Amino acid sequence: MTSTTHDAQDNIEPEHNQADHHDDHHEAMPTGIKRWLFTTNHKDIGTLYLWFSFIMFLTGGAMAMVIRAELFQPGLQLVEPNFFNQMTTVHGLIMVFGAVMPAFTGLANWLIPMMIGAPDMALPRMNNWSFWILPFAFAILLSSLFMEGGGPNFGWTFYAPLSTTYSPDSTALFVFSVHIMGMSSIMGAINVVVTIVNMRAPGMTWMKLPLFVWTWLITAFLLIAVMPVLAGTVTMVLTDKYFGTSFFDAAGGGDPVMFQHIFWFFGHPEVYIMILPSFGIISAIVPAFSRKPLFGYSSMVYATASIAILSFLVWAHHMFTTGMPVFAELFFMYCTMLIAVPTGVKVFNWVATMWRGSISFETPMLFAVAFIILFTIGGFSGLMLAITPVDFQYHDTYFVVAHFHYVLVTGAIFSIMAAAYYWLPKWTGNMYDEKWGKIHFWTSVISVNVLFFPMHFLGLAGMPRRIPDYAVQFADVNQIVSIGGFAFGLSQLIFLYVVIKCIRSGEKAEAKPWDGAEGLEWTLPSPAPYHSFSTPPEIK
Amino acid sequence: MEKAESNKKLISMLIAGAIGMFGFGFALVPLYDVLCEQLGINGKTSSTASSYQAMTIDKSRTVTVEFMAQIQSDMPWEFTPEMKRMQVHPGELIRTNFKAINLSTEETLGQAIPSVSPGQGAAYFNKTECFCFNQQRLTAKASAELPLIFFVDPDLPESISTLTLSYTLYNITDRGYVDAIEQGAAR
Ligand code: HEM
Ligand SMILES: [Cu+2]
Repeated sequence: MTSTTHDAQDNIEPEHNQADHHDDHHEAMPTGIKRWLFTTNHKDIGTLYLWFSFIMFLTGGAMAMVIRAELFQPGLQLVEPNFFNQMTTVHGLIMVFGAVMPAFTGLANWLIPMMIGAPDMALPRMNNWSFWILPFAFAILLSSLFMEGGGPNFGWTFYAPLSTTYSPDSTALFVFSVHIMGMSSIMGAINVVVTIVNMRAPGMTWMKLPLFVWTWLITAFLLIAVMPVLAGTVTMVLTDKYFGTSFFDAAGGGDPVMFQHIFWFFGHPEVYIMILPSFGIISAIVPAFSRKPLFGYSSMVYATASIAILSFLVWAHHMFTTGMPVFAELFFMYCTMLIAVPTGVKVFNWVATMWRGSISFETPMLFAVAFIILFTIGGFSGLMLAITPVDFQYHDTYFVVAHFHYVLVTGAIFSIMAAAYYWLPKWTGNMYDEKWGKIHFWTSVISVNVLFFPMHFLGLAGMPRRIPDYAVQFADVNQIVSIGGFAFGLSQLIFLYVVIKCIRSGEKAEAKPWDGAEGLEWTLPSPAPYHSFSTPPEIK
Repeated sequence: MEKAESNKKLISMLIAGAIGMFGFGFALVPLYDVLCEQLGINGKTSSTASSYQAMTIDKSRTVTVEFMAQIQSDMPWEFTPEMKRMQVHPGELIRTNFKAINLSTEETLGQAIPSVSPGQGAAYFNKTECFCFNQQRLTAKASAELPLIFFVDPDLPESISTLTLSYTLYNITDRGYVDAIEQGAAR
């Protein structure tokens, strides 16, 4: 790992010329919308994914604002309960499938070829397809909100019979949109695997791969394993609702509890799909700003792999209250706790990397450090939830909401923001505005804790999730939470401002703007040329 | 080109994996049923009548059996157990009734689905006769006594002292007769 960079560094000039030279041979690049519609360039597609993800982040965020506005006071004020349910459902679906997952795919597109010294992704045309079907999926999902009877209102987990017997007429649209999202993810994952396996520059051996590449490789396998199961689940919902099958209907011999087993067989690996690439990002940023090599590289690889394998054995921790036999409760409880071990190894390694490092706190590092602390809090609340007997009290309360927002917002999303700040100079050729980046960080990190930390207490006190009204004793805390929510939402507009400003102007970035950064991408000039590594770099 | 070759091979393996996992999702359905049945964990009682051979009744032990009756929201019937709870000795053959009244002005077809709690007790709850083995048809405003004859297996684990048998009655008028039977509704 460490040795690769410096050797490859000498390549900057020749590589640059090579790229320019290469451009001459291309036919005139289409301009305007056509460039983006027909592009097969990994950097263009990465950019498309990232912007799409950001738009979805704001869309899902707007729905969260509706939810928090309604919950500002007890009683029903702003929206109908059915609309509230649609907001919680579509907020969840959009954030999971529209914001977090496409952001990671966008980062994979931008970074993996540059990190392994490949000219592009292995399957550029499929790459174009996997992006361009996504906007259609979300257009279908969002349009269902305007249908008679409303959009999906059964929670992002679409438990039967809520999604079958009691679901709105528009459910078929929900099903098709999930099918398309699944296709897109599977194609993206296949592309990532083929690229990493077959396109590494000579000398880029497995144990020299940057961790972001490793974590994405493992994530891609998880995606290929579980997205088809999700597709199967929504298909069963579709046939149960419209074609008279009874997979989940007890009256016809089916079983609604089986829905939960099949869904969570997908669902738990899915939550790791949303966090493993984060681990890769943090493992790149922490050493860069600690000016020390990553502590325990190989243990990071093994920890990632064991988390991925274990993630298939813990799904029923979402179902402790369904009346499972005691031995199953215990099995899933212990397996779940076991996952905390490799996760703990990772946190330990990051802290050990920082230990006695010469640390500086630019915005990417601030987000990375916040990630480590706040993700760990999310891991701890996860451990509390993993204790079967207490989960009977916590299940379906705001405690669960607090848990998964700590791991997903201050975990996955903070890592995505850290990544954006860290690689923006490489993408745009300009430095972002450090002052505004820091303002974005501090407003976000304060408001996100005002938003999610008190939810733990609401949950412990018994406030159920996904309900538009609540008992009056929860009013004060909910008001605080809502204020945190609005502040966090507004803070993200600062991020938009910083990114646009960085694209348009800003100090010119050097090839390697972070003195401690490691990796082949920093051997390329900033902005990275449209075609890079057309001849593979040499790695010793 | 060699690269293209190995790409193709890898892609077809990955696509095969994805298709396989799609199939696996559906394979989970029968797998789930088999596992539940083998391990006796889902509270599902047998869908066929058990036969009762004269056996020693374990007078030293009493088990509380509770009955619950629920209706699905679109079922226009009233459905109640005759007795809410009783004390039985394992091995004893017991008869009890449920009462169903069709409150609507239309003929309705119902299917009761049993479930035993705790789930591990289901395998020891044997029904020699049950209205849940068949669909029930009630004409407008009609009522019926629905018989249930059962015995508790003397091998019932010591740790279980109460068995709760819960029926949910579903409206299957629109589904038609054959459909539900084919799907093994009475499990
Ligand atoms: C130490 C690691 C973790 C443990 C022990 C853990 C444990 C749990 C448990 C037991 C639940 C079920 C709570 C209930 O419904 O009663 C849960 C829910 C959840 N967890 Fe985690 N978790 C961990 C890490 C993560 C990570 C890394 C993510 C995602 C990045 C995540 C996302 C979620 C989500 C989204 C839910 C709620 C799903 C829903 O019902 O909507 N968890 N977790
Ligand atoms: Cu889980």
